Amino acid sequence: MTTIQQKSENPTAHLSADDIATLGRELDAIRQEVIDTRGAADAAYIRKVIKGQRGLEAGSRALLLASVFPPFWLAGTAGLSVAKILENMEIGHNVMHGQWDWMRDPKIHSTTWEWDNASPADQWKHGHNELHHTYTNVVGKDNDLGYGIMRVDEDQRWVPFYLAQPLWNFVNACFFEYGIAAYDLELGKNLAVPKDQRSDDFKARAKQTLKKIRQQATKDYLVHPALSLPTGSFVPTLAANFTANVVRNLWTHSVIMCGHFPEGVETFEKASIEGETRGEWYLRQMLGSANISGSPLMHLMTGNLSFQIEHHLFPDLPSNRYAEIAPKVKALFDKYELTYVSAPLPKQVYSAWHKIVRLSLPNDWLAETTPKNAPSQLVKLYKMTTGGKKVRRDIERKDQLKRRDMTKAA
Amino acid sequence: MTDMLARPSEARSLRHRLTRLAEAATTPLLPSDYLDLAAPLRSGTDLRARIVAVQPETRDAATIVLKPGADWSGHVPGQYVRIGIDVDGVREWRAYSLTHGPRADGLISITVKAVPGGKVSNHLVHEARARTLVHLEQATGDFVLDPAASRLLFVTAGSGVTPVVGMLRNLFPVTDSGVVDLPRSRHLDIVVVHVAPTEPDSIFLSNLQELAHHGAITLVPRYDDQHGVLDVADLTDLVPDLASRTTYACGPGGLLDALTAHHEAHGLPLFTEQFRAGFVEAGDGGTVTFADGTELVADGATPILDVGEAGGQLMPSGCRMGVCFGCVLPLTEGSVRDLRNGAITSVDPISSAHGGVPIQTCISAAAGACHLGATS
Repeated sequence: MTTIQQKSENPTAHLSADDIATLGRELDAIRQEVIDTRGAADAAYIRKVIKGQRGLEAGSRALLLASVFPPFWLAGTAGLSVAKILENMEIGHNVMHGQWDWMRDPKIHSTTWEWDNASPADQWKHGHNELHHTYTNVVGKDNDLGYGIMRVDEDQRWVPFYLAQPLWNFVNACFFEYGIAAYDLELGKNLAVPKDQRSDDFKARAKQTLKKIRQQATKDYLVHPALSLPTGSFVPTLAANFTANVVRNLWTHSVIMCGHFPEGVETFEKASIEGETRGEWYLRQMLGSANISGSPLMHLMTGNLSFQIEHHLFPDLPSNRYAEIAPKVKALFDKYELTYVSAPLPKQVYSAWHKIVRLSLPNDWLAETTPKNAPSQLVKLYKMTTGGKKVRRDIERKDQLKRRDMTKAA
Repeated sequence: MTDMLARPSEARSLRHRLTRLAEAATTPLLPSDYLDLAAPLRSGTDLRARIVAVQPETRDAATIVLKPGADWSGHVPGQYVRIGIDVDGVREWRAYSLTHGPRADGLISITVKAVPGGKVSNHLVHEARARTLVHLEQATGDFVLDPAASRLLFVTAGSGVTPVVGMLRNLFPVTDSGVVDLPRSRHLDIVVVHVAPTEPDSIFLSNLQELAHHGAITLVPRYDDQHGVLDVADLTDLVPDLASRTTYACGPGGLLDALTAHHEAHGLPLFTEQFRAGFVEAGDGGTVTFADGTELVADGATPILDVGEAGGQLMPSGCRMGVCFGCVLPLTEGSVRDLRNGAITSVDPISSAHGGVPIQTCISAAAGACHLGATS
């Protein structure tokens, strides 16, 4: 993708300032409608999910006490995986967004919730709710674009390091909760600072994260396996917990990649958000997000982040209401001739991964490669990888000229 | 000797270790988060109660009978209790008088009169159902009888009768066979001046009449539609031996203010109780008082976060547009207006004494004078 401002055809060019202001008011009205009808049924919903999740987790862990028996291991691991996914997605993510603060229940509140994840709630709320949701898809401000370790935009200059990004992304997916913790800590940026010059704030937050990781790891890899000792299930329980954590990580990583990575999602330039109006902010959220279509079960398991567009427009509305407003939001996309990016999970995951692979290589390298020219393309890639900055620029420039000639000829 | 000392501490440390182990197994939750799902009324957890029955008293009043959690530590007649109940999904807290003395079955009861427009009182009287779980705090309040006083005057108005009925029922229990005379109540001489708009609107009237008929109390009913609105100056005529009595009064602020002035002028002992402390009327802008005592003037259109920062307050902040909840602080007094849709959030004095209502300061403007608490 390219930032929207750099595109030859800006998909918002047909909208006047008045259009955007009206669009903003129409979205405000959708939001207000939900707020006016928020009530006992919504409260009952989140309590039911929390109760169900806790029951499933407790039941699964009870089965795992005898996980030396394979059927128990399988059922317990599957149950625990689902429980951890629900805990992170439909409950933790949404409670920490303040979606349920209106209930005034101090136990289901953004200020008190802590989740089963390596990143402490406070740090995650800052990194996610504040930075990512405010600066959605603004290149250079929203670190969720590539999580700061990947190239996800043609405008990011290619360096050989990116060749490994499919591998990075897979490793990140397996251990995603630690990736999030590192991300919320801004670990990369802080590790670059000499040890004695790191800020006290960073040191305090790192300590807090390590404590959280220690507690979560002790639970999954020591206490529960130890409780399974009487049946000789120490190792199977440990393996079950590890598996459940990896399954949860792979799932959440997939869902989250689908939110902003698939083809068709727009990115924005830093300068473009100066003095941004409410309508413009809404517009950016609309174009910067993508949905996953599917069944109610799919929506529950993604924490309703399958309605990423609706979630980004209204991050504080209760998640169970996104499905009901999605058709109204879609109607506004149609009315204003904007693209509502939505597709089933496999397609969106493929699209996101395809982009990761495509951008791990120099611009257009993948598209231009055919079985016939593969050897020469590989030679070019080898030269770019081993050649240093100057060689890369030369090859890029030559490619650009070649492409221009071809378009002219066509 | 040594053994006796060592054993409890060993038991304690074993229990401590088991607690630590249980916590390590459930982190980041607590073991109680799981146990509460199965046994919300058990000992050692937040105090709760289950509604056992809702008994209608008049057309707009009902007695709610509650089974309190195991840690309920009892009450003295005349005290009140704070109850948290979810109305339309929102947890609301209100204080109500306990209308029984301690009961043999361990249940407690409150009697609620539906106030016009009252969110919680109407819910309790008309919507509340048996088996509902409510949140509870220990009984509190100083409106209890002085054991030395034997000549008493109760002045009650409207639902102000509830704590008094609680006291009277404790002094003179009413059973199927009628009012029971207890030795502890034999020396008492009680007059009840009961004020209500009309006779059918009087909750507990039958109780009061039964006690009067039995001779336990002298009842002086005053109905606005029959006798006109009560003037406290007339009390001397209604209760000729007023000077020899200790007065307990419960009712609306106007009546209590008038009684206080009257009794002070005559040097008479008076105990009062008032619950329905009014909300501050929401306005447009006002003085914002911060946790450290700083007062800043805010208009009705500027977010409190901006007002605070401009005034040098160190405030938690985030997105500044209402989406990240990084700026939440408790509103402990007054009202604020949501700048996005004009919705007013107010806090009543009783909730304020218990931490207030959390608000997002980046999208809230002062709607009248308000006070903010510190981050938790």
